[in-house]
Amino acid sequence: MSGAYAPLLMLFGLSVVNAIGMMVASHVLNPRRPTPEKEMPYESGMTPIGDTRVRFSVKFYMVAISFIVFDLETIYLVPWAVEMRRLGWGPFLAMVLFVAVLAVGLWYEWKKGGLEWD
Amino acid sequence: MIDILFYVFAALALGGAMGVVAGRSPVASLLFMVLCLGSVAGIYVLLEAHFLAAVQVIVYAGAIMVLFLFVIMLLNLGHNYHPDLKAGLWSALSFAVAGALFGFLGRQLWGNRTMTPEAGDSVDALVAQYGAVGAIARPLYTEWVVPFEITGILLLVAIVGALVLAKQRV
Amino acid sequence: MVIDFSSNLDYVRALLPEIILCVWGMVVLMAGVWRGESSEEGPRAEGLGWLALVGVAFAAVANGWLHGVREVGTDGMIAVDGFRLFSNWIFLTAALLGMLVSFAYVYRQRLQAGEYYALMLFSVAGMMFMAGARNLIVVFLGLEVMSIAVYALSAFNRRDRRSAEAGLKYFILGAFSTGFFLYGIALTYGATGSTHLPTIALAVSNGTAHGALLLFGVALMGVGFAFKVSAVPFHMWAPDVYEGAPSPVTAFMSAGVKAAAFAAFFRVFLVSFQGAYESWYGVMWWLSATTMVGANLIALVQTNVKRMLAYSSIAHGGYLLVAITAANQASAGAALFYLLVYTVMNISAFAVVIAVSNHGEERLEFEDYAGLGRNQPGLALLLTLFLLSLAGFPGTGGFMAKFQLLLGAMDAQLWVLSVILVLSTVVSYAYYLRLAWYTWMRDPADGGSPLPVYLPIGMRLALVVGAAVVIWLGLFPGSVLDLARASAAGLGVAGPMVEILH
Repeated sequence: MSGAYAPLLMLFGLSVVNAIGMMVASHVLNPRRPTPEKEMPYESGMTPIGDTRVRFSVKFYMVAISFIVFDLETIYLVPWAVEMRRLGWGPFLAMVLFVAVLAVGLWYEWKKGGLEWD
Repeated sequence: MIDILFYVFAALALGGAMGVVAGRSPVASLLFMVLCLGSVAGIYVLLEAHFLAAVQVIVYAGAIMVLFLFVIMLLNLGHNYHPDLKAGLWSALSFAVAGALFGFLGRQLWGNRTMTPEAGDSVDALVAQYGAVGAIARPLYTEWVVPFEITGILLLVAIVGALVLAKQRV
Repeated sequence: MVIDFSSNLDYVRALLPEIILCVWGMVVLMAGVWRGESSEEGPRAEGLGWLALVGVAFAAVANGWLHGVREVGTDGMIAVDGFRLFSNWIFLTAALLGMLVSFAYVYRQRLQAGEYYALMLFSVAGMMFMAGARNLIVVFLGLEVMSIAVYALSAFNRRDRRSAEAGLKYFILGAFSTGFFLYGIALTYGATGSTHLPTIALAVSNGTAHGALLLFGVALMGVGFAFKVSAVPFHMWAPDVYEGAPSPVTAFMSAGVKAAAFAAFFRVFLVSFQGAYESWYGVMWWLSATTMVGANLIALVQTNVKRMLAYSSIAHGGYLLVAITAANQASAGAALFYLLVYTVMNISAFAVVIAVSNHGEERLEFEDYAGLGRNQPGLALLLTLFLLSLAGFPGTGGFMAKFQLLLGAMDAQLWVLSVILVLSTVVSYAYYLRLAWYTWMRDPADGGSPLPVYLPIGMRLALVVGAAVVIWLGLFPGSVLDLARASAAGLGVAGPMVEILH
């Protein structure tokens, strides 16, 4: 049991050590010669304007909620897809029904313009 | 080994949960919540519920947290919420009530540590026969097909509700 | 016809009303956005409303057909018993009246009609799942389908800030209470090893359930239900949401959501937690007493009609909690009857409010009703009838329903609770009659400008049906009451368990 997880644990431990190590190392080793330019927050070379804490448009929320709904649909599809041949026709019909209901949702969203950005 | 890992994950989950409540900014709380949910996924792995662990990471630590982040971004981040939260007597009272409930439950569970075994045994048998995914798939699409289809309706209602309320131009 | 759930196809027959409502909801939804046209124009919006009503009619036919179906065993996820079918009639009545009072409001406020009626149909399907569920997972999913649809409906008027506020408040507190409910289900499952209600009942009554876990499961599910029926310590959301939501939505949810929550409340507590009666009896007693006293006292000082009706709705929840505390056959039957009467009289009272508020959110203060009796005597008369019925005046359906509740409570020897019920009813007369007094006895402050009132066909229909039912059930309750009693018998409630208490 525990042997099977050893590689996973090693990867997990290595990534934690790596992340912490890099932060500590850069903190300890770097030369400190600050200039006003270096002190500025990095924003791809541009001079930052205004506050970072701006309100996002509600459009992002629309994208996120559509993503979640169809992500959940995928989660329901996966176990059925894995076991499809062994499960037979009843579950197949159940899945057709489920996908049909969600297809109505997708069609509605499309018609309503929920898939467009503005 | 498993025991040690369980305590590590449990400590991470509890610490993350406390971080959610104590976090300075909503975004910090959110990241603590990701830690908490990820640790719960680790506990699922230890229980050999691999599919559930994957779902936990994909849906909760992934998708739901993205939604949370967007909602937080929609709100007024610059605003300091701390004065809005009622402190003093109310928080003392809530801690007292929660502590009393927790203490009672803990005491009862300590006195009676045996759990009903039937449910656990049947799950083990299913996993042995059909594998981690099959053990979910088989009941979900046969015995539990009615709740499964209602879930479809629920997702549809969620889409409609979100579009009605959040779509900018109607 | 016999259903034994040996094949999953049996569910198609057992769930016919729900399936029809869901499919019809999708049809209305698609019709609303067909060819990209806006569904906000007047005639189109009303057409969609009538289309949705056709779906309700089909579901009613299916529900009637289910009366002839016999169920064998209790293995299914869904019960096909009288309790479920009678509850379904209540929800269908709520849908019918709720849609009829919405027609003019929806197109005057330029709401998105397709989505509005589709969400109503989906929420009714969710209510039916709740009332018919024989498995806690199905109760939960039904609760969610109903709630999410109603959250969206509360916030439906996007041009009104109060509607958005109501939707958000309802959503956040509702989600919070759903968390309690789900945690309760998880603990109950942990205690009994099942989410199937008859199996839980067996484990609880023969003592194999894990005591502490079960106690917490019962407590948390009780909190979840108490939120949904807005019993008094958990009622904080109700007045704000009822006031802010569009009036037809308030009418629909104050009746339908409450009826569904109570139906599931009854089934879960009286069937599965019957064996743990002595551990939840005391909590329910206090819950119902505080709800009756608190809500009626706060309602006395309201000056907004919607807010007054919100507190009145909370108070009616308190009366129904008496039936849960009594937990006997007579009370369960009385509660079903009460829920039907309450649904009709409450939506009808809101119908008058919607008409007076000009199918918008105007004229909602008590003062605005001054002079209504002179300008619109017919409407004022109907309002008075519905208010008297809500108060429980003899001769109305409300009186009969409350009388039956009282009989059930006395049957269980809940003397103190019965006295509180009667006294709080007396208190409630004050605020109901105050509105009637404004309607008939007060002159308008601005010297009597006529109140323009628009009564389209849907609204007239709702008012006539409401008045007829309220009077009919007040004078000749026999047949419906018998049906309600027979339906509650299907619940399998054991007789009064007073011997445990004394």
